[in-house]
Amino acid sequence: MLNRYPIWKYLIVLVVIVVGVLYALPNLYPEDPAIQISGDRGVKSISQQQITQATDALDQAGIDVKATELTQGSALIRLDHADDQLRARTIINQTLGQGFVVALNLAEATPDWLRAIGAKPMKLGLDLRGGVHFLLEVDMDAAVKQRLNVNASAMRETLRDERIRYRGNEVNDRAIVFSFLDENELEKAQSELSTQYNQFDFTTREQGRERQLVMTLTDQAVTDIQDYAVKQNLTTIRNRVNELGVSEPLVQRQGPSRIVVELPGVQDTAAAKRVVGATANLEFRLEASNNSGADQTETFGFRNDPSRKAALQRDVIITGDSVSSASQSFDQNGQPQVNINLDGPGGSKMNRATRANIGRNMAVLYIEHKSRTRTVMQDGKEVEKRIPYTEKGIISLATIQSALGNRFRITGLDSPTEASELALLLRSGSLAAPIYFAQERTIGPSLGQQNIDRGVLSVQIGLVLVVLFMLLRYKAFGLIANASLTINLALLIAAMSMLGATLTLPGIAGIVLTLGMAVDANVLIYERIREEIRRGLSPHQAIHTGYERAFTSILDANITTLLVALILFSIGTGPVKGFAVTLSLGILTSMFTGLMVSRAITNLTIGGKALKKLWI
Amino acid sequence: MTNFDFMSKKTAAFVVSIVLTLAAIGALAIQNLNLGLDFTGGTLVEVQYQNAPELDDVRQQLSEAGYRDFSVQTFGEANDILVRLQQQFDQSVGESVTNALSSKESSVQLVRAEFVGAQVGDQLRDQSGLGMLIALGVVALYVAIRFQYKFALGALLSLGHDVIILLGIFAFFQIDFDLTVLAAVLAVIGYSLNDTIIVYDRIRENIRKSQTNDLAKIFNDAINQTLARTLSTSGTTLLVLLALYFLGGDMIHNFSLALIIGVVLGTFSSVYVASALLLVVKLKREDLIPTKKEDVEDELP
Repeated sequence: MLNRYPIWKYLIVLVVIVVGVLYALPNLYPEDPAIQISGDRGVKSISQQQITQATDALDQAGIDVKATELTQGSALIRLDHADDQLRARTIINQTLGQGFVVALNLAEATPDWLRAIGAKPMKLGLDLRGGVHFLLEVDMDAAVKQRLNVNASAMRETLRDERIRYRGNEVNDRAIVFSFLDENELEKAQSELSTQYNQFDFTTREQGRERQLVMTLTDQAVTDIQDYAVKQNLTTIRNRVNELGVSEPLVQRQGPSRIVVELPGVQDTAAAKRVVGATANLEFRLEASNNSGADQTETFGFRNDPSRKAALQRDVIITGDSVSSASQSFDQNGQPQVNINLDGPGGSKMNRATRANIGRNMAVLYIEHKSRTRTVMQDGKEVEKRIPYTEKGIISLATIQSALGNRFRITGLDSPTEASELALLLRSGSLAAPIYFAQERTIGPSLGQQNIDRGVLSVQIGLVLVVLFMLLRYKAFGLIANASLTINLALLIAAMSMLGATLTLPGIAGIVLTLGMAVDANVLIYERIREEIRRGLSPHQAIHTGYERAFTSILDANITTLLVALILFSIGTGPVKGFAVTLSLGILTSMFTGLMVSRAITNLTIGGKALKKLWI
Repeated sequence: MTNFDFMSKKTAAFVVSIVLTLAAIGALAIQNLNLGLDFTGGTLVEVQYQNAPELDDVRQQLSEAGYRDFSVQTFGEANDILVRLQQQFDQSVGESVTNALSSKESSVQLVRAEFVGAQVGDQLRDQSGLGMLIALGVVALYVAIRFQYKFALGALLSLGHDVIILLGIFAFFQIDFDLTVLAAVLAVIGYSLNDTIIVYDRIRENIRKSQTNDLAKIFNDAINQTLARTLSTSGTTLLVLLALYFLGGDMIHNFSLALIIGVVLGTFSSVYVASALLLVVKLKREDLIPTKKEDVEDELP
């Protein structure tokens, strides 16, 4: 029988549509701009009286309040307009006075039953809604120091390999110092090292009975290290905040040593900080052996149990910026493990260090850079000063079973939770230099309301034009095409919401453009049906052949485009990757709606009925 | 069905294509793309007002002072304003912005002015270029398998033709090339490829069905048969784009412009580059008709 679908095909179409509509629905309930009021340091809790006080004040200022909520001692005042948010905060601050924390927030407005199935609306981009703005400071001194330590460690190894005996070694702010008892040894060391390390200036000096070789970084080398540190951190953070490429953040360098990160659709800085991630670093070191001297070892506590301690070699095998990825999995016995991938140079260093030390323990040291702010008096004014400090703790101590290369795993972990936390720490520790949060602010939309309104209007008009065009050209079938176009829109929005995509104005334009192009499948089919009718086929025959003949064209055309999208996704970064995601989703949904949904509607309405003429 | 003789005008079309492509390469080589704030970075200026200003007024003042490609947003407080400019950073930028914004009724104070780097990294540029090359290679391979290698050649050339001319136009008129335009270029690649494959598909079908060896006629028929579809799809897409271009405001202006140019180019090239080239490389019916093989299969029970 022509133009009939078996019942299971209708069911598939129905299920997809229902799921799509459900997950697209939350976008009809965008987050409300809100003001969150809580007691300072948990001392005071908020009562209904303060809320009334605040809303009265807002009323007087002509700011529309949408709703208020009181949960666990903190209040949420939802507003109608995003423009009023900053002004409202100022007013509430003045009204309530001291002792309250008044912060901006975006409050979810999705109904509970939708939230229960995990449906969320898309976030609005920096251009439409603004977000949070972080200024991260890269610790330049630490970057240099860290590089010096790695170099010193490699130099010690070279000297040991060449059997050149040195008495002591220390690392200063800009220089590495080796001391020797013997002039001869010093000269040998200098000629050996100066060929390998041309970024240092070599000088010698006398210190008591010792002769010292002082290797100072050249100015150029310092600048290069700092530049590299900022660039490397920029890349790491960029990848961290935009893994799929669809979250539309802004990450750029500001000034010589700082990085701006702006995240869209969040106003809660604590939540946003979690996305930017830990500002930590890692070091892989060997556990001290019995015969290593005291000046070659350092003792650290464990991160999860500070009373447990272990002595480690001072030599660093590699640091966290050599870790390219880390993930949690299970070994063949079902025990949790962490898989680590290193970059090329990191892998060869790791191999060299572990080959000679099978059976010894290797530790992963987690180094967290934090800062306290302290108010100090300066020139008669109170100035906030940041005092950086470092916390170091061992996160894993495991036996080296065999020589390790680029890929290895850490086993002997207690639980999957521990493994996944370790993987997270390893991933987040891959910064080239420590960074501090120097400033955090909420930031308004970068586009003016007028511009946003115009953009949205143009998009709506574009959509209406497509719908009208299809109706005029294909009449009854245009109606079917428009129905499947609407479903296509719902499916696309649902898929993007599930991926956590961020909606920017160009993104909205892109979605409408996808719809403009998505009618292609229907156009191809309908033109083919017309052709078949002209060739003298009966209406049902024509519909059947039309769909069949158009199928290969549609498939070939879409698969080639999909191939481009997939490759752009796997190789591209940031916005290019994001574009590929949206493009692929658009192709898949429009193929589904163009072929399956429109066919299902056609079959349901006219399938099996006697037709004399097609209104196409 | 229409019945134009497309193929008879192919020489003229080739001349137009070659001239445009060369001109585009020239424009790219001599003038370069006018890369926007996203790619070049620029200057960030933070200013503090006594009283919270209207952001649209601030934007107005800046464009009256001759600034282009800037963004203005509130920064934490309603009276703290953050301005991003494409202008290269130097000591005077902060001051000149403050001067442009100061007027009789409002006092404006400069908080800081600093250079900001590009929003997209070198990584994006390097890897995306590589990605494009690999993507083109895979597409060529797919077309060669599904159709024939001569088709792959035609598809690649027509794709290159569209992208180069599009970029050339942006370089020649020095239109701002930002991330949204980059997205538009990628979309054009998808669109043009789509168009080409649809025409190819019909050519393949007609070659297999027909008995004639007159390929020019087969091509003409195929293009005429798909013409209604080509015009409908380009039509709906252009309708959307024209709405975006004329009504959408600054943010999506260049995005829609790039796509309008791209859609026109893509439609043209699917006929005159992708298809007409097949005549030049002497496509034969035998290239698409697996002769012997089918006979063998037919004999099987």
